[in-house]
Amino acid sequence: MEPQVRTLVDIADTPAALAGQADIVLERARWAAEVFRRFDQKLTMSIVDAVAKVAHENAGRYADWAVEETGFGVAAHKKIKNELTAHPLVDFYRDQDFVTPRIDESRKMVEIPRPAGVILALTPSTNPIATINYKILIALMTRNAIVISPHPAARECSVDAAHLLSKVAQEAGAPDGVIQIIEHPTIPLVEEFMRSKKTSVTLATGGNAMVRSAYSSSNPAIGVGPGNAPVLVDDTADIDKAAKRIIESKSFDNSALCTNESVLIALESIDKRLCQALRQNGAYICDADDVERLRRYLFHDRGFNVETVGRDAVWIAKECGIRVPENIKVLVAPIGQIGVEEPLSREKLCPVLAYHVVRTRSQAISQARAVLRIAGAGHSAAIHTSDETAAMEFAGAVEVYRVVVNAPCTQGAAGFATALAPTFTVGTGYFGRSSIGENIGPQHLVHWTRLAYNSSPDEPFGSYHGVSVNLAGPLPTAPADGVPGSSRSTLRPSSSSAPTEGSTDPSREELRKLIAEELRFILRH
Amino acid sequence: MSEAKLDFLDRSRAFWNPGKTQDWQDMGIDLVIDRREGYYLYDMDGHRLIDLHLNGGTYNLGHRNPELVQALKTGSERFDMGNHHFPALARTALAEALAACAPSPDMRYTAYGSGGGEAIDIALKTARHATQKRKIVSIIKAYHGHTGLAVKTGDDRFSKLFLSEDTEGEFIQVPFNDLNAMEDALRGRDVAAVIMETIPATYGFPMPHEGYLPGVKQLCERYDALYIADEVQTGLMRCGEIWACTKYGIEPDIMVTGKGIGGGIYPIACVLISERCGGWLKEDGFGHISTGGGAELGCIVAMKVLEMVQRPEVRTMVRYISDYMRAGLDQIMAAYPDFFIGIRQHGVVMGLEFNHEQGAKPVMKHLYDNGVWAIFSSLDPRVLQFKPGLLMTQADCEEVIRRVEIAVGLARDEVMGASHHTYRKSA
Ligand SMILES: Cc1ncc(COP(=O)(O)O)c(C=O)c1O
Repeated sequence: MEPQVRTLVDIADTPAALAGQADIVLERARWAAEVFRRFDQKLTMSIVDAVAKVAHENAGRYADWAVEETGFGVAAHKKIKNELTAHPLVDFYRDQDFVTPRIDESRKMVEIPRPAGVILALTPSTNPIATINYKILIALMTRNAIVISPHPAARECSVDAAHLLSKVAQEAGAPDGVIQIIEHPTIPLVEEFMRSKKTSVTLATGGNAMVRSAYSSSNPAIGVGPGNAPVLVDDTADIDKAAKRIIESKSFDNSALCTNESVLIALESIDKRLCQALRQNGAYICDADDVERLRRYLFHDRGFNVETVGRDAVWIAKECGIRVPENIKVLVAPIGQIGVEEPLSREKLCPVLAYHVVRTRSQAISQARAVLRIAGAGHSAAIHTSDETAAMEFAGAVEVYRVVVNAPCTQGAAGFATALAPTFTVGTGYFGRSSIGENIGPQHLVHWTRLAYNSSPDEPFGSYHGVSVNLAGPLPTAPADGVPGSSRSTLRPSSSSAPTEGSTDPSREELRKLIAEELRFILRH
Repeated sequence: MSEAKLDFLDRSRAFWNPGKTQDWQDMGIDLVIDRREGYYLYDMDGHRLIDLHLNGGTYNLGHRNPELVQALKTGSERFDMGNHHFPALARTALAEALAACAPSPDMRYTAYGSGGGEAIDIALKTARHATQKRKIVSIIKAYHGHTGLAVKTGDDRFSKLFLSEDTEGEFIQVPFNDLNAMEDALRGRDVAAVIMETIPATYGFPMPHEGYLPGVKQLCERYDALYIADEVQTGLMRCGEIWACTKYGIEPDIMVTGKGIGGGIYPIACVLISERCGGWLKEDGFGHISTGGGAELGCIVAMKVLEMVQRPEVRTMVRYISDYMRAGLDQIMAAYPDFFIGIRQHGVVMGLEFNHEQGAKPVMKHLYDNGVWAIFSSLDPRVLQFKPGLLMTQADCEEVIRRVEIAVGLARDEVMGASHHTYRKSA
């Protein structure tokens, strides 16, 4: 009979067990971070590049896996996202160095980068692999250890991807434990991780509850709120291009990105033309009955129907009994009001676009502000216009930190169709009850120790070129004495100043033993 | 020292153990451990110590590890010590968990003691039964405990005191790392077993030379003796694998684990026995009886210990801790080359060697004054036992190194005189 390892007394759900589990993972990460911070830029980037390469190569495989496991999104689009968060992400930051101290002669300052330490990274089910790639790479660029807490719905592909990247990182010389993943995340367990003193910062992307929880954990957190992007199509816009971009954006990965357009606000004067153009690009414009079906199907008492996240338009239409042609990409739902009484003005992580017509620009702005009052504060908005005044007025009024102009919002706000930083964590700043308002990047995972000289001209600045901090690299491996293949431990010869008495001199003792052994050998043979 | 402590020490002398109580005072160690948590001990006067003694690995996972305390608490809602005569859920479950991670595939049974010594006695009795021979070979200065048979395998200081030394010539001792002496002892084919601590702890962790332990195992096979591995101190991941003997390629016939297996909260010790050595368990299963041996609550704790030490994170931590400590100690050794002359190391089993026959004692004393508790090797006081826990934090390791550097400097001045001081800045 084979022995079985059984649990007689199960304590897995007790606070002690949860805390213990979190602690050991985080302490391993702390050790890894402590060694990682001794690495120089060259070694650091060679690890980053090795990981990016494998992330890139596996983009398609994990895209398929994520779609299969979660049931949502478009594999081809996920593949693009997974790729964008590999090489292009690294290349975007290639010229920035988060490792080497900077010398600023004019301000008489030296700035030494200090990694955060241990990053706890929450990753969503909507963009599981892209977010993992992105968070791991920005952590590695800044010599941080990272512990990933995957969304349970995307657990398997996430665990596999994190293990793969961890292995690659280690093979490229990263310290053991630099990348870890919580294999069986539960809310109480993740909360233990968030509240542990060993977590330096929580990088929270995902549900609002988790983000708020990260902020209440008493640890530093970079959490981002939900999106609910209004998109304004102005009467000066190139209507065809606008429609094309909006459909492209809404159908990208079936709107699983939080930067997707939620409510399209159109000026009355272009309403007809825009609807026509939207239709031409694959939209189905719902009638009042369809809208009511959508409303009831997408929102129930508990909120948004998560079943629909990342589903395609035809699937959704079928589910709620709207008959549409098979080639439809986006369902456009005209709504007469924006606000609490209209659920369709809330965030919709699916290719359903609310459509609201306004008479004037100022009404457009107040309606856009209303959209963001429901949700999405601090996140994203878009405008299609050729009038700079309209763009400025809009951007200065809506409470978001990025307004994408004449581009698909999904891609544009995340930095993939604009010059914004490529990201899967869109900082929602103070409007969105978050600490950072820009697209999160490696710069947010490192702080700088500033060596600041007396500014008086009497006190000259030192010469810091060629002076470095301790970048000794990995720890040397300690010997395991006597184990075949392990180096011997160092034995220093004793100094003559030592008050040795006879047999306490180890070298003499050794010698005597050797001679005795030799004698024995001779006598024997 | 507080009045309260003075008074307590008087009571300790009066009611517990006058000799032991006084010896520590004479060595300048006035430690009375009160609170304890993680790798910290707090003296009854409040002095905090980082524990690098861990009672030989008993506190591998820290003092009062919360998960172990929880396992004990939850366990006690259903179990107690149990009835040692009957098949018992927890005892069998632990035996299976041990069999699943045993150092040899044909290890099957587990017999239980309430402590290491008893388990060693069981191992020796098992070997005698299996081979129908009496002689036991151990290492000079070995330490396997103080029970009836175990004490005879060790230094006679502890057996003679009680008129319990071997008078029948059944217990033979040979020098460590000497295969020729081992062969001489085994050649007569009248030896039941060689009992071997994988790295002799109490002797200051002299390290087995490459090939020594496998050589001993081969000799055992050649001369029909059994190989008993005492993994009481070296086991449970301290050397980076669950059992240190496997690092040396040894598959023992019988293995003993103790100390840390009880997590420091419920004493228990286990003897793993291969199928071919377990005959007595069939012939007369009541052959060894121990009311406290394998108490079921202890089994519950031990199962948790086994699960915890086998977590992949622990393996990494042990590597980090041993590499980090080694790097720090190497620097200190370079700063005091005339005094601190060697490091014996395998994983977090370490011995620091000082150039004086009692050299580890002043180091221990100065470490004590500087907030670190590490004990000298009683059978080789040149060597300080340096035994960090499996879960030590980087911060605590850094604290330890910082304090060791100070203490070694002070001890060196005390032993060798400050005038010869050739302090070199550490690299
Ligand atoms: C290697 C070894 N074996 C056996 C024992 C005996 O264990 P116990 O003290 O639990 O009887 C000890 C105790 O120090 C030991 O170090």
